[in-house]
Parts: sequence; C-alpha cells; structure tokens
Amino acid sequence: MPPILEVKDLKMYYETMKGDIKAVDDIRFTLEKGEALGLAGESGCGKTSVALAILKLLPYNAKIVSGELLLDGKNILTMSDDDVRKTVRWKRISMVPQAAMNALNPVFKVSEQITEAIVFHEQVPENEAKSRSLELLKRVGIDPSRADHYPHEFSGGMKQRVMIAMALACNPEIIIADEPTTALDVIVQAQVLKVIKTLQDELDLSMILISHDLSVVAQTCDRSIIMYAGKIAEDASTKELFTESLHPYSIGLIGAFPSLAGEKKRLKSISGSPPNLLNPPSGCRFHPRCPHARKICVAEVPPLLETHERHYVSCHMVNRHHEYV
Amino acid sequence: MIVMSDRELVKVVDLYKHFPIRTGFLSSLRSRNGSSIKAVDGISLSIRKGEIFGLVGESGCGKTTTGRVILRLLEPTKGRVYFGDVELTELEKDKLKRYRREMQIIFQDPFESLNPKMTIRDLVVEPLEIHGIGDHESERTELVSNALEEVQLTPSEDFLFRYPHELSGGQRQRVAIARALILRPKFVVADEPVSMLDVSIRTEVLNLMLDLKTKLGLTYLFITHDLAIARYMSEDIGVMYLGKIVEFGDVHEILGDPDHPYTQALIAAVPVADVETKRQDIPIKGETPQPIDIPKGCRFNPRCPYAFERCFKEEPELFEVDPGHGAACFLYDEFHNGRIERGRIPTSNSFSALAQSQP
Repeated sequence: MPPILEVKDLKMYYETMKGDIKAVDDIRFTLEKGEALGLAGESGCGKTSVALAILKLLPYNAKIVSGELLLDGKNILTMSDDDVRKTVRWKRISMVPQAAMNALNPVFKVSEQITEAIVFHEQVPENEAKSRSLELLKRVGIDPSRADHYPHEFSGGMKQRVMIAMALACNPEIIIADEPTTALDVIVQAQVLKVIKTLQDELDLSMILISHDLSVVAQTCDRSIIMYAGKIAEDASTKELFTESLHPYSIGLIGAFPSLAGEKKRLKSISGSPPNLLNPPSGCRFHPRCPHARKICVAEVPPLLETHERHYVSCHMVNRHHEYV
Repeated sequence: MIVMSDRELVKVVDLYKHFPIRTGFLSSLRSRNGSSIKAVDGISLSIRKGEIFGLVGESGCGKTTTGRVILRLLEPTKGRVYFGDVELTELEKDKLKRYRREMQIIFQDPFESLNPKMTIRDLVVEPLEIHGIGDHESERTELVSNALEEVQLTPSEDFLFRYPHELSGGQRQRVAIARALILRPKFVVADEPVSMLDVSIRTEVLNLMLDLKTKLGLTYLFITHDLAIARYMSEDIGVMYLGKIVEFGDVHEILGDPDHPYTQALIAAVPVADVETKRQDIPIKGETPQPIDIPKGCRFNPRCPYAFERCFKEEPELFEVDPGHGAACFLYDEFHNGRIERGRIPTSNSFSALAQSQP
C-alpha cells in the first residue's frame, strides 16, 4: 500500500537579517496508514518546522526552498492556500499544538470552539455540530456536562484533552501532535498519552508525534525518526532504534537518558552543543561533536541510506564509506 | 534545642510556608480569615554531610519553596532550620550574611538568573565583592579564572569578558555553578539545575556537579521533578505532594519498591525509553488540587485508590516502613497494629491488578 504521506527532500529556511536559518534541510520520510511515527530531537533541531510545513502553516519569515509533500500522491505545497485550508487542514491533517494551554480562546466556551471548527469546515447545522462536539469531548474523557465551561475552569491536562478533541473534530486521517504532553506532570502525561494512543488505534489514525523526550516516543510510536540540526540522523522501527541504534548521535542521545531501573552507571555525555543553523558545520552536521569523525565527515554531507530493511541512517561510518573500511 | 548528630549538616523541623492571598477590600470584608497558599505545609528532613538529598515531586508541590525557605531566601511561616549547630531561623538578618557564604543556590533557569548586562567575570566576582574576599582586582580575577576552569569553561580567558547571551545554555548553567561555588560553600541547594537544558548537555552538567561534590566535599539538596535524574544524583530522597513529604528513604529502595500509593503512581507514570516495557495503567484519577484547599485528612485521599475511612478523618504522619524509610500512609500504621493483613498493603504490582478490576 502506498504511504498516506510522503515528505520528499524538504528544505525549509527562515529568513533573517543575518541570513537563512536552515531549520529543515533535505528531509525525507514516509508515513504509512495507521502508523504512529515519532519525531524526536533536541530543541531547535527542526521538528516543529517539519510539522508546520506539512500543514503549510508557515511563519511569516519561513520559505520552502524545495521539496514535495505528497498527501495520497498529491503535492500539498503546490496547492493554493485556500485549497489547503478548505480541503486539507483539519479535514485530512490536523494538529495538536505545543502548549495547548494557551491555544484555547479564553473568552469562548470549549464546546463553542469545537463547534466553530466543525461549522467552518463542513457545512452542517450548528446543533448537529454541537452534538458532535459533545461526543468528541466524551471520547477524550471529559464529561459533556463541562462542555459549557470556559478554558480557565479546566486544568492543564483537561485543556490538552480539549485540544485533542478539537483536532479530531472533522475526522482527519492524519494527526500531528507537537509535544502534546511537555507542559504536563508525569501522571497527567501518562493519562493524556493513553487517550491519544487509544484514539489512534480506535480511529485508525496515522500520527506524527513530536517530542524531545525519547521515552515518550518509545512508548507511543511504531517507528521513530531522530533529527539533528535540521537533518534526519536515523529513521527506524522504534524497537530497532532503541535496541540497535546505529548513528553516533542516536547512541549518544539514548545513552544520555538516566534510567529508573538497572545498575547505576556514570552517564556518557555528548560533548559540545548543537550548532547554530545560520552557519551549520560543513559535511555531517554532527561532526564537531562526533567521537568517530574523520576527514570525509567534514567534507561531505552523509546521505540518508537504507542500511537494512526500513532502517535509514545518515552517517559515513555506518554506511561504510571507504575512509572507514 | 535540637541535638544534631555529627553526621547531619542540615536539619529541618516542622517547616511551614504559607503565602497569604491578597484579596480586594470588599471580599476581605466578606471572609474574615484570608485564605493562603500552603506551599510548604509541615516538612521535616535531615541531610547528612556529603550526601545528595533529592527532593522530588510534581510542579506546584512546594519543592522550590522548601529550598528557598531552608536558605531563608524566603522567611518561613513556622518551623526551624538548623545548619550545623546554628539555628538559621533564629538569626538576625546581619548575622545571617556570614552563613550565606556557606550555603548557596543554583537556580533553574540560566537564561534568567544571570544579569544580561554583566560580563561573566563581573557575574562570578560579585559574591567575592559582597563578602569582601580578595584584596586587589587581580587577586579576584585570579579566583574567578580558577572558578571558571573548575566548571570546565576553559580556557577561562575566553569567557571572562563575554556576556551571557554569547553562551549556550549549558555554559550559562556552568557560570551559575561557578558563582555558587566560588565562595566554597558547604551546602548547595540545586533547584532543577538541568530542567531547562537539552538532554545531550544535561548529562555533562550533572556529571560536573557530581565531580565537584567529591572534589569540594559538598552537600546538595537536589530539587527535581524527574525521578530518573533524582536516582542518578541522590542517595536519599523525599517525595513531596501538596506541601508535604509523603515518603522518604534510600533512593533505590523507594524507586525499586515504593510504599506510598502516590509514589507508586508517580513511578508507574514515568515513560521508559524501552520498547519492551509496556505502560502500566494508573488507577489515579484527576490532577493535584490547588494548595489553597488542601483536602481534609490525608491530602492524597481524593485520588487514592486505597483510601478508607480513617484517611478522610485524620492526617497521617510518616510511619516507618523499614528502618530509615517512611511513608505517610495509614495502611502501614494499620498493618503494624495488626488491624489489616499484609495482603492489603499495596505494592507497585498491585496497580495493574487494580486497574484491570476497574470497569
């Protein structure tokens, strides 16, 4: 079956006075139907920019330099803004934004906000939209009796649930959850992740879950991508990525997480810090911090190659460049 | 007068910090006794010399306030804090300054805790000036250089005359650490020192703090919301919920075999970066209530799956479960008095059974 979403050689830069920030630089991946795909990486690695590009919600200074975003084979990037708004956003792809606590309008009741989205996108009478919004709230575990409350009367976890209900308002096929639990405490985070996962299974949604927390991705996603400085470092099934990661950055990142069980060992750190994307390092962007870097890593950008089935790595060493053989 | 054993450096006895809520004139007429936010609501703990004591809990549980009240950066509402054989809570402000040298704090956000208009040298030299250490500029600069080298900002000349905005988050937090350690304190409160840092940088800062602890013989109160980091850093931990410590003891004992239902839920909720581990269902409902209206009886009772009659009437003290390991839960008191059987005592495994039995 062809993938539902295909991202091909996407480049998205931000224009600034000092030059272009290469936030997303030549990224490609696919999302299969019904798959939960994790997009992980540290702050500033371009995860959120990828999500914004997929929804064609570009910040004012962002530009798509090249690439294609194929939704069922049709390129979203060449569609008009109006078309995207009417036929793609919310109806086919919707988003649960970061910091959902601030995403709700404080002066409208929560059910009104969901109803508004339904009425705007589907020409249905308001009372029908309203009853659908109550149904949605129930789905995410909010008692419909609270539908006429205002956002400030909800706790952080409840607001996040409302945002999930809203994202589902027009029965999308793809949902992009951008750090959906980052601002929440662990117990509430576990509750919200469970709601997301259950709905994804029940509604057979395809999902992209963006998180800086590898453990959230590990427990929620079938496949995971690790990004570093605007590029994909590694793309593999979650199981392989966490048990047999190949890219030195993935290995470093996974090794840097302290664990709750097992022997207490001194954690290894990755020296240095992520580069400024105004002038990213030449060749492999990870080379200044990589313990295995050689000349080729400074000179040439490593391509993202399939090392074995559905496991992609962009590293000269892993892909056995002749300097390493 | 409380006698401290030789091994204890800091002792906190029944500490309270309530923040009154300021209301308008009219509403103050309506209700006489103004309500307050009970950020710290009766905490006792003791920290041994050379140990790292971890204070963990979710946001709003009062862990930061506890750290600040211990250093008297905030005045306590009630309670006592001992540092060595001095009672800090009794000292006059001017006498307190002498002890401030020995107790320092590292703040959470290195993007906000450093004055953006000061150079790194000026930032790190400031504590020396305040306490009148070093005679000449050159001597102080020398001390600053050493402090920067100590936190691995090397070579220090490269950093002395730069401004905070020129540094990365990890480097800024190192400056904050240098600032805290240049006075050679005995005790350091580290308030979520790595929560603003990215994972790849976090580890370096944690390892640096561990190395400096050994090198300088420091004692830390390490405040964090992240249980895995608490496990990595500390020897003993206290778990806070709504202004109170609900469980304390050896970190491995607590994380491996938690006794308080809240700690059990907290640990079960932590996502694990391991695909084999399946997430457990957590039978804890709802979210932490506001610290203004603290539930009567045990403050965890509205969310606790095991709550029984007594939990709604009395407030539990910390009952000893094993030597040096306490939990504020009546189940343990009932068990010790032979009123319930061992089978009724919850374990971390009984959660999954409970979750399955619920509709």
